[in-house]
Amino acid sequence: MSRRVFPVSADDLVARARELLASHRLAVIVAHDEGERLRVVYTFLAGPPDDRVDLVVSLDAEHPAVPSLAEISFPAGRFERALHDGFGIEPVGHPALRPLSHHGHWPADYHPMRRGAPARPTLGSDDLAYPFTAVEGPGVYEIPVGPVHAGLIEPGHFRFSVVGETILKMTPRLWFLQRGLERLGEGRRPEELLELAERVSGDSAVAHGLAATLAIEEATGQRAGRDAWRARSALLELERATHHVIDIGAIVNDTGFSVVQARALVLSERLQRHGADLTGHRLLRGAITPGGGVLRAPLDAALYREVAEQLADLVDLATSNTVVADRLSGTAVLGSDDARRLGVVGVVARASGVAVDARISHPLTGGATMRTGESGDVRARFDQRVVEAQDALALLVRWAEGDDVDVFDAAASPDGDGLGIVEGWRGMAVHRVSLSGGRVARWSVTDPSFGNWPALAIALRHTIVPDFPLANKSFNLSYAGNDL
Amino acid sequence: MTRDLVSLVQVVAVALGGLLLTGLMAKVRARAEGRVGPPISQPLREVAKRLHRESPRATAGRAQGMVPTILVVTTAVAAGLVPLAGLQTAGRSGADALVVVFLLLTGSLSLAAGGLATATAFGGMGASRAMALSALAEPALLVALAALAVPAGSLSLPVLLAHGLSAPIAMVSPSHVLAVLALLIVVIAETGRLPVDNPSTHLELTMIHEAMTLEYGGRDLALVTLGAAMRLGLLLALVGTLAVPWGLATSSSPLALAGGFVMVGVKSTVLAVVIALVEVHSAKLRLFRVPELLAAAFVVASLAVLVGVVAR
Repeated sequence: MSRRVFPVSADDLVARARELLASHRLAVIVAHDEGERLRVVYTFLAGPPDDRVDLVVSLDAEHPAVPSLAEISFPAGRFERALHDGFGIEPVGHPALRPLSHHGHWPADYHPMRRGAPARPTLGSDDLAYPFTAVEGPGVYEIPVGPVHAGLIEPGHFRFSVVGETILKMTPRLWFLQRGLERLGEGRRPEELLELAERVSGDSAVAHGLAATLAIEEATGQRAGRDAWRARSALLELERATHHVIDIGAIVNDTGFSVVQARALVLSERLQRHGADLTGHRLLRGAITPGGGVLRAPLDAALYREVAEQLADLVDLATSNTVVADRLSGTAVLGSDDARRLGVVGVVARASGVAVDARISHPLTGGATMRTGESGDVRARFDQRVVEAQDALALLVRWAEGDDVDVFDAAASPDGDGLGIVEGWRGMAVHRVSLSGGRVARWSVTDPSFGNWPALAIALRHTIVPDFPLANKSFNLSYAGNDL
Repeated sequence: MTRDLVSLVQVVAVALGGLLLTGLMAKVRARAEGRVGPPISQPLREVAKRLHRESPRATAGRAQGMVPTILVVTTAVAAGLVPLAGLQTAGRSGADALVVVFLLLTGSLSLAAGGLATATAFGGMGASRAMALSALAEPALLVALAALAVPAGSLSLPVLLAHGLSAPIAMVSPSHVLAVLALLIVVIAETGRLPVDNPSTHLELTMIHEAMTLEYGGRDLALVTLGAAMRLGLLLALVGTLAVPWGLATSSSPLALAGGFVMVGVKSTVLAVVIALVEVHSAKLRLFRVPELLAAAFVVASLAVLVGVVAR
């Protein structure tokens, strides 16, 4: 693994970024408020071989401004909007600088990520009402859905512009779950960060817990032993298998074929109970710590085998139903060009044929195989989950039966900050930790959902309204992980 | 007097039976999927509970407030008119099949109007879907009834059923079987069951029937639920009776009538269980494929008429 840090001036930024984007993808842009100066770090990733490049721009804290990269990278444009809301950093030349996380009732100059920003600003009138684009034309009408839904779902608002039953445009409005999580981590001792990291998104406790752990280990120089890596890799794959099984059931349930979900929930329940035996928590919390990782019980090869077999039967049952097959095929297509341009990650990206997987590009332990789909429709995302769940279960069987994990060495931090990259079941989670005097000075979290939400809107064009729940479930993005 | 009493009992039986059949279908589905499921009396209990509650209404409350009553009353009148237990019913000139269809359609229309009256996106969306499907289901229903009417030469239900009882061999004729098949498809569409609509979904955007009723609460919701359950009970009983008329009381003796009620209960229960079991194996069709299913019902019904006329 190589991690390199290059200080650049704001003037050179666009040229350097353009150069890097030819071979790397932009993973995250993080700003650090360091009093007089703001340090903005652009992290570019490529692999294999694992390569991590930071471009660092130092800005005057009074009037921070950077040239916008939005024209050359879609994800950059969204990170810039987040930095504009959070830190007040002006992305000069941004083509669509709308608020992203900024609450409508907050004062316009309130930037919650800046040092000294109060946790509770005085609320004003809704001056910055969310700018939904109104689609006009004969027969176009709007369907507003949420943020309160009829089922047990996280809050998010979706504004559909529809003709007949065909979706012309869907704009999601998120950030109803904004908890100020990153700021909550500041001032904690590094090991105290874990309880927050495991709660970034409840279903990704291992992915985020491990990413935060890796970032802390890189920043402190602490290293985990082989035993710890055995536990960590097993938990990561167990989390992957469990949630893919749940999603497989849930996707089919949205076609009304509920018997598949009933049976999938039996399988996921067994995995979750096994997880509780391993870690003491059904959501696999608390087992991974900086420098460590412990399992309270042995892995259970027989269970993984049985789940794998029954899952195969279940998938067979679902896909041999012609109506289910018809509902999944050709629905909500995300083309590979769109997926690449939007910087999509995880299951969604691979189902659209984009070979991006941190287990391959930034490996922690070996064993993963790159799997990609083609069609980018609901069926491809369903199949992708099936394949990855089976891969995860097969890996667990191997480890349970005594195969040892290959541990990839971590490098020393070139700048004192730590960067943790983990391919969770949903996709790539990236954490960055800066320490100061043994305490966390800045903790940044990027959930795969942040980059994938815009792709849902693109995939929905020309999909029909009653297929939205199916499309949404096939993406299954986190609201909490996005809103932080 | 007896006729009026029988009609009254029929209305009550359809109301209670419809609610219990709704619960039974949910139970059968749950059990077949390996779940315990809610008790069969759940829909009955929910309606009973909500009947005592206030009805929150949208600003256009008056139009919306009339809908539950219209729905329940039209279905109740239809339930009282048709011969379910015995051949002699309240309709002096004999209940006409078309009257029953149009009574049920009045209920559907009022429900759709109610969906529009609430001026919410979901209400309008559900209403437009329900009407589009209704427009496709009604012709199939009418043609199927016409096919059943061919042997007796009358659309009057008592006449038609009396003819069936006197010539049982007609019950296994191709025309009769095809007509009943078409009727079943229409019933599945009209009562919002899989593969047309999913009664157990919580996903607003996929709903048809439920989307129109999202804005109802309290007593209004109780009546809308009751109306939908009565519709299910009535249609199942009617299809069961039309398919296999045996068991209908031909005299008005209390014992014969009681036997008639038991028989119609058995027929609709069997149908409900069969539909629920079929549901376990079906997924919901993509909305734009539903017209294909209803068109198939129409074709089957037309074939039934053709075969019936030729065989006559």
